[in-house]
Amino acid sequence: MAGKVTFCQDRCKGCELCVSVCPKGIIAIDQDVTNRKGYHPATVKEMDKCIGCASCAKICPDSIITVERL
Amino acid sequence: MAIVYQKSKGLTDKELHYCPGCTHGIAHKLVAETLEELGVIGTTVGVAPVGCSVFAYDYFSCDMHEAAHGRAPAVATGIKRVSPPGTTVFTYQGDGDLAAIGTAEIVHAAMRGEKFTTIFINNAIYGMTGGQMAPTTLVGQKATTCPLGRSKEHYGSPIRMCELLSTIDGCVYAERVCVTDIPNLNNAKKAIKKAFELQQKNAGFTFVEILAACPTNWGKTPIKSVEWLKENMIPYYPLGVYKDTAEVK
Repeated sequence: MAGKVTFCQDRCKGCELCVSVCPKGIIAIDQDVTNRKGYHPATVKEMDKCIGCASCAKICPDSIITVERL
Repeated sequence: MAIVYQKSKGLTDKELHYCPGCTHGIAHKLVAETLEELGVIGTTVGVAPVGCSVFAYDYFSCDMHEAAHGRAPAVATGIKRVSPPGTTVFTYQGDGDLAAIGTAEIVHAAMRGEKFTTIFINNAIYGMTGGQMAPTTLVGQKATTCPLGRSKEHYGSPIRMCELLSTIDGCVYAERVCVTDIPNLNNAKKAIKKAFELQQKNAGFTFVEILAACPTNWGKTPIKSVEWLKENMIPYYPLGVYKDTAEVK
């Protein structure tokens, strides 16, 4: 695992812009979760594939994503 | 593990009220990151507009001032002229604010060569008031006040602010960017940074236009909005540097 992303899911509005720019295609909308705003938030299911490029965090309009890298 | 990206210190902790996929949030963070990187958050005054970004004063962690509709350049002029040398001043304005009611203010601020930076968000529609036709609405684009699409015969062609302001001597830097994907977003960041750096050198009026998406009023999903922006807005509003005379000075 080269990278690790953390979503502040309570603030996510489920716009999917992060999904559209992830080069590894590992971000998805979590249909099983509804946050306090009433949206299905974004999540990463296979974190071991994350390369820590921070594309998702850069495009997130609500700045809810923190990215760490080894 | 080391943090490589987190929310900019130029933004407050307040949650943005914007709709899902609204690119105001991306423009906000690019400005905030620039202020943070230049180390000027504590010596910056921003001027918020009227429109969707009317609450920008709650979101930036620098000093902020609210202006009457379209009058942000006039307020910024006053702030810049009375503030201590080295104070960074910027206005953040949408297209209804800057290209409609505030056209006189922005043109004359540029003419006077006021030494502040304007960040212009062009989403081709009035957002806050419910999706009416703006001066920037594309021919054929539907809005609540032109439900069949904007007619060129009745309403003319959309106004191109970057081109217009670049003809004015006092404007030393004008660039149009968009934030639809990572390469464009990186370009937008560079443009904003350059504008602020030129302001620090007292070069003159600096202007960055950001093509933005309004998924709610366009009636599209955020992803479809980005596609629509690329297919329809960029051909009419070409990206690029329209003026950069700072080196000449």
